[in-house]
Amino acid sequence: MSEPSRLIVGPFNRVEGDLEVRLDLAGDHVEAARVTSPLYRGFEAMLVGRPAMDALVYAPRICGICSVSQSVAAARALAGVRPTGLERRPLPANGAHATNLVHAVENLADHLTHFYLFFMPDFARATYAEEPWHAGAAERFTALKGTAAVQVLPARAGLMNLMGILAGKWPHTLSIQPGGSTRAITRAEQARLRLMIAGFRAFCETHLFAAPLEQVATLAHRDALYAWAEGSSGDFARFVMISRALDLARLGRTSLRHIAFGAYPSEDGPLFPRGMFDAGIGTAAHLPLSAITEDVSHAWYRGESGTPGKAAPVPDMGNPDAYSWCKAPRLDGRVAEVGALSRQLVAGHPLLRDMVAREGASVEARVVARVIEIALVTMAMEQWIAAIDPQAPFQDTSPRLETGDSMGLTEAARGSLGHWLRLDGGRITHYQIIAPTTWNFSPRDAAGTPGPLEQALVGAPIRPGETEPVAVQHVVRSFDPCMVCTVH
Amino acid sequence: MIAPTRPQRPLRLIWLQSGGCGGCTMSLLGQQGPDLVTALRAAHVEVLWHPSLSEATGAEARAILNAAASGEEPVDIFCLEGSVIHGPNGTGGFHIMAGTGRPMREMIEGIARHATHVVAVGSCAAYGGITAGGGNAVEAGGLAYDGTAPGGLLGAQFRARGGLPVINIAGCPIHPGWFVDTILQIAGGTMTPADLDEWERPLAYTASLVHHGCARNEYYEFKASAEQPGDLGCMMENLGCKGTQARADCNIRAWNGSGSCLDGGYPCINCTGPGFEEPGHAFAVTPKISGIPIGLPTDMPKAWFVALASLSKAATPRRLKENAARPMPVVLPRDRRKGGA
Repeated sequence: MSEPSRLIVGPFNRVEGDLEVRLDLAGDHVEAARVTSPLYRGFEAMLVGRPAMDALVYAPRICGICSVSQSVAAARALAGVRPTGLERRPLPANGAHATNLVHAVENLADHLTHFYLFFMPDFARATYAEEPWHAGAAERFTALKGTAAVQVLPARAGLMNLMGILAGKWPHTLSIQPGGSTRAITRAEQARLRLMIAGFRAFCETHLFAAPLEQVATLAHRDALYAWAEGSSGDFARFVMISRALDLARLGRTSLRHIAFGAYPSEDGPLFPRGMFDAGIGTAAHLPLSAITEDVSHAWYRGESGTPGKAAPVPDMGNPDAYSWCKAPRLDGRVAEVGALSRQLVAGHPLLRDMVAREGASVEARVVARVIEIALVTMAMEQWIAAIDPQAPFQDTSPRLETGDSMGLTEAARGSLGHWLRLDGGRITHYQIIAPTTWNFSPRDAAGTPGPLEQALVGAPIRPGETEPVAVQHVVRSFDPCMVCTVH
Repeated sequence: MIAPTRPQRPLRLIWLQSGGCGGCTMSLLGQQGPDLVTALRAAHVEVLWHPSLSEATGAEARAILNAAASGEEPVDIFCLEGSVIHGPNGTGGFHIMAGTGRPMREMIEGIARHATHVVAVGSCAAYGGITAGGGNAVEAGGLAYDGTAPGGLLGAQFRARGGLPVINIAGCPIHPGWFVDTILQIAGGTMTPADLDEWERPLAYTASLVHHGCARNEYYEFKASAEQPGDLGCMMENLGCKGTQARADCNIRAWNGSGSCLDGGYPCINCTGPGFEEPGHAFAVTPKISGIPIGLPTDMPKAWFVALASLSKAATPRRLKENAARPMPVVLPRDRRKGGA
């Protein structure tokens, strides 16, 4: 029997939402990939005609895992409707701290969920039974049965308890408003938040890193990471050791431009800045927002490709070249990658810059960036909690303009998220969303250029007899995709 | 009394997601005391497949689901999260199940018709939910309802093999406790039609109004109202709060350890009710006729409400008047014996 030359993988689980990947095979590796987002719900159309502030109810419900990110993008877009030339008013300091905390809880919970529940269980697969590390990985990470699950779920839920105080509930809070947060925090609650984040730090320093956060956050180059992992018993070190054994630094590689919209703003600037990183040049640069467009040449839409502030393609299954509901965002006509790795490359984290300088963006670099962020953001959260002044306002409730164009940009756990809207007399007349995985899992564009995942899958090895190639699993999940956001 | 006995074999659970956001699963992962995995073990539930939690993918997953849909392998509990998608033009093409080329609703229906219990997890799966908003261009519906109209994918007369209608754990999202209570009741053999309300939601959480246990109750009693989101006062008069009509125990059973929407400083939007996605007004603004809110508390005669409201407004203590339209109290309760007012 000859090897199949095509393979359709789906339903592709342990990603958020539904996903299908079609592979063209050449011998023992992937020659080409096409990524299909098979679900369309139509939030952009649903929002048009509604009162402006209803966006705060609808937008978070685009996604149950990036819910706060969607709220933040919507709130910023609403706050940004202002007369031409007038700067947007900064949030009251407490409003920024509270919003950053709520957003950070979601992003860290997502990183944790991805690492422990979505990504690591693939190393417990029977296909790796002969590997010397398999027994340990299976005991720790087998889906629903490994010893890690009953430790990480309480830690995650404990982290989420910050939401109970700061946001009422998660997902789908309405606490995030254009002018800040609806929930003022008392001194006693501030103390309780400090306790909760201490509990999360303890989990990380016991199980995830088995080391102080500060030690992990300051690892400055790849060899330092490898050396550190050899002396650590934590789950992150387990990943690093497995990754080295499987050479995941050479799997799922891309050499694209990385972009980040900037995350966790404050009076002193964002924790992670906005910008663009080009591995070829090796430095971060200004991000030309007006050069962002969406191409629908290979997606089930009718209408012109264009900038999200103006174009609004409508669904149409008649496009014969289409194979996805995902549009193809491009920056200046070129493909770009987003995510925790992109954020840290733009921010100039020396470890990630070093890893990408050596091998390009890879499965290993994407996972390392995500886990390093858990350390970086937890430490920042401790400072935001301390910086809250319970006597000062959490919200600016002064009236806003009811007509105008705006955009709201932020970073979800899995990358850059933008909302573009127009209001007319207090009603929404235009709403477009570009989510992180829309960038990463985009289909081909009019020039035929594949999206980041489609490029990253080329060359992925196929083991003999595999129908769900495990290497493909690693590459796809390394992007931490969120499919419900992707199409929305 | 019949003591619930441990079944001979584990209860086999399959979970699918369609036209939704995955937020009910994410909320469920926040289950505390004990965690979700321990709770499922306590209910003696074996997860055959869940899109976020299972190892099996692609062909392995299709084999499990096909066996369930054909009746080959028994399924005790079938959970759907997200609405059933029928569009465009009744084709189901807006959600083709990955790897199959078939509309997702076919797999949903196949498994539902063979399962012992069918559970709609969240308002989308129950009634259509937010996915049915804005004119419902994607033709989203629930398992046994389209909005408030009985029917849905399975039909108004549908009964699962075990004899119960679709159990609608409505909410956007669900509280993890609502799901765990339901599963434990199913596992214990104590879930009966008498345990469900008129929309087939578990009474375990819909015997209460969101109003019950609301920390703003004193403001409600004296009609001391919030003016902006984040103010301390009652949010019914100005901010669209539906807590006096909405059915859920959100202020009795805390969210994420200690919270609720109202405690978070924003109104209840009745997310457990069919049709909540189209309230007919801006969500956070109370519609009024000659200054009187249209949506009065459940069971309350309008004339009495108006009479009592004007009386209680006249009797509002200074403390509530001063605090209602602020995010932090300026006047605190004080014991008269220490010179309080």
